[in-house]
Amino acid sequence: MPIVVWQLVFFVFPLLFLLLMSFWLVKNYRMVPGFDSVNWIKMYGKGYFWDGYWRTLGYAGITTVITSVLAFPCAFALAFKVSPTVRRWAMFFLIVPFFTSYLVRIFSWQIFLNDNGIINVLLSSIGLGPFSMLNTFFGTVVGYLTLCLPLAVVLQLISLSNVDQRLIEAAHNLGCGSFRTVFAVIIPLAKIGIIVAAVFCFILSFGDFVSPYYLGGSKPPTLSILIIDTTKSGQQWPRAAVVAITMIVTLFAIMFTAIALAYRRRS
Amino acid sequence: MIRAKIYHGLFYFYVALVFVFVFLPILTSFVFSFNSERFPTIPLGHFTLHWYTLAFTDADVWDAFKVSLIVSLSVAFIATFLGFCTAYTDYRYNFFGKSAYLALSLLPPTIPLVIMGLAMLALLARIGMSGKIISIIVSHVVLCSPFAMAIVRMRLAQIDPNLESAAWNLGASQWRTMREVIVPFCAPALISAFCLTAAVSFDEFAVAWFVSGLNKTVPVIILEILQGNTDPRINAIGSVVFVTSITLIILAQIIYMRKSTRKTLTGF
Repeated sequence: MPIVVWQLVFFVFPLLFLLLMSFWLVKNYRMVPGFDSVNWIKMYGKGYFWDGYWRTLGYAGITTVITSVLAFPCAFALAFKVSPTVRRWAMFFLIVPFFTSYLVRIFSWQIFLNDNGIINVLLSSIGLGPFSMLNTFFGTVVGYLTLCLPLAVVLQLISLSNVDQRLIEAAHNLGCGSFRTVFAVIIPLAKIGIIVAAVFCFILSFGDFVSPYYLGGSKPPTLSILIIDTTKSGQQWPRAAVVAITMIVTLFAIMFTAIALAYRRRS
Repeated sequence: MIRAKIYHGLFYFYVALVFVFVFLPILTSFVFSFNSERFPTIPLGHFTLHWYTLAFTDADVWDAFKVSLIVSLSVAFIATFLGFCTAYTDYRYNFFGKSAYLALSLLPPTIPLVIMGLAMLALLARIGMSGKIISIIVSHVVLCSPFAMAIVRMRLAQIDPNLESAAWNLGASQWRTMREVIVPFCAPALISAFCLTAAVSFDEFAVAWFVSGLNKTVPVIILEILQGNTDPRINAIGSVVFVTSITLIILAQIIYMRKSTRKTLTGF
């Protein structure tokens, strides 16, 4: 069981240490072990912390909804409308992006979204724009989508592929229209996969700092940007730890709620 | 009939749109890595290798590639080994606390990388292990071994459970069975787990950024260039990294498909 040891030492232990550190003090730019709730009180008393908290939750929530909605027609088409060969290749090409540098892709989006970028040059040639897209919420969402969309399509596609085709045919034979079949038969059957995909989108966009920083302009900050700023500038690690622990607790609460929802039997 | 055709066409169009969105940034980076203009936009300038020369005459970039290579190979090795052990334990044994064991081995990818970075940095700095190559390796193994575990576990699900008992009955020791039955059966999964974890580690920037100190990896260099002004060197470095990762992935895919089909045909 070497993995237990490894994960305990290098995964659980660091996180516990983070929790412990959130009670430490910083004196003369050095951390001093202690047990003081001052970091928690200070951090939770700050308006910008709560602004950041709700903003991050909101961003992640909106991204989850947008990604799930945009991914579904694609996963649906790949599951039911194309040949198995096309489906396999599509699956392969959807996995490829995970192994390309996210940073490089974000840099590419900067080239597109810039005020003098590709999109604005194209738009101005037909007499439109310029629109500022970089350093806006729109930019952030483009970045989040870059991160989440392929994964969401893959996960939805896997669960849609497992839907029993006979049930769909049965619905059609019973006179159920195409749209109604999708919403009354297919989505409930693929519920678990759709929710799991959504949970992953939420986790990824909740914790990501690259999109809100390099496409969203970093101001106002999300929680992950707050952690970086607090850690990298100065020695306020205990306060960064407060933010981190809050994020983990929030994430786990949402994850467990969603998973419980996914596996709940219909009464 | 016509309506059905239109629907069909619309679906294809939508799928194409999604793929364009996914691959546009990757292809753009390629194109602009050869573009002469300092500020990347259209119309394109002329073809140049300037950004490649600029990037790869920089000693820092070479050092970063060296560090990345050491890190990703060591990570792949350790993570694949750990992943295999976990997967085998899950496949073979039932024991008290198994679900906690599985949760522990699969949970790391759900923790935001920034937080993992901060936690690792805090702990490693405390025990005097931060800023070294080994600190990046240790952190990446935590992140990568769940993927290795998942890949090997899927392969183990295909094994005939009687195979192992048969080997035992024929007098093979537990170790020998492991060496001559289980490991060869899992070989394709082990190889692809190796390639995938190497690729994941090679691309990971957040945790590496926190713990690496002066031993920067390639993605950390990219992150630092990104923080400065617009600089097309990113495209050049990124393209090289992309080709490397994709080669690894395709290799993994080919090996997995070829080996696993052949093995099943010959009775395994």
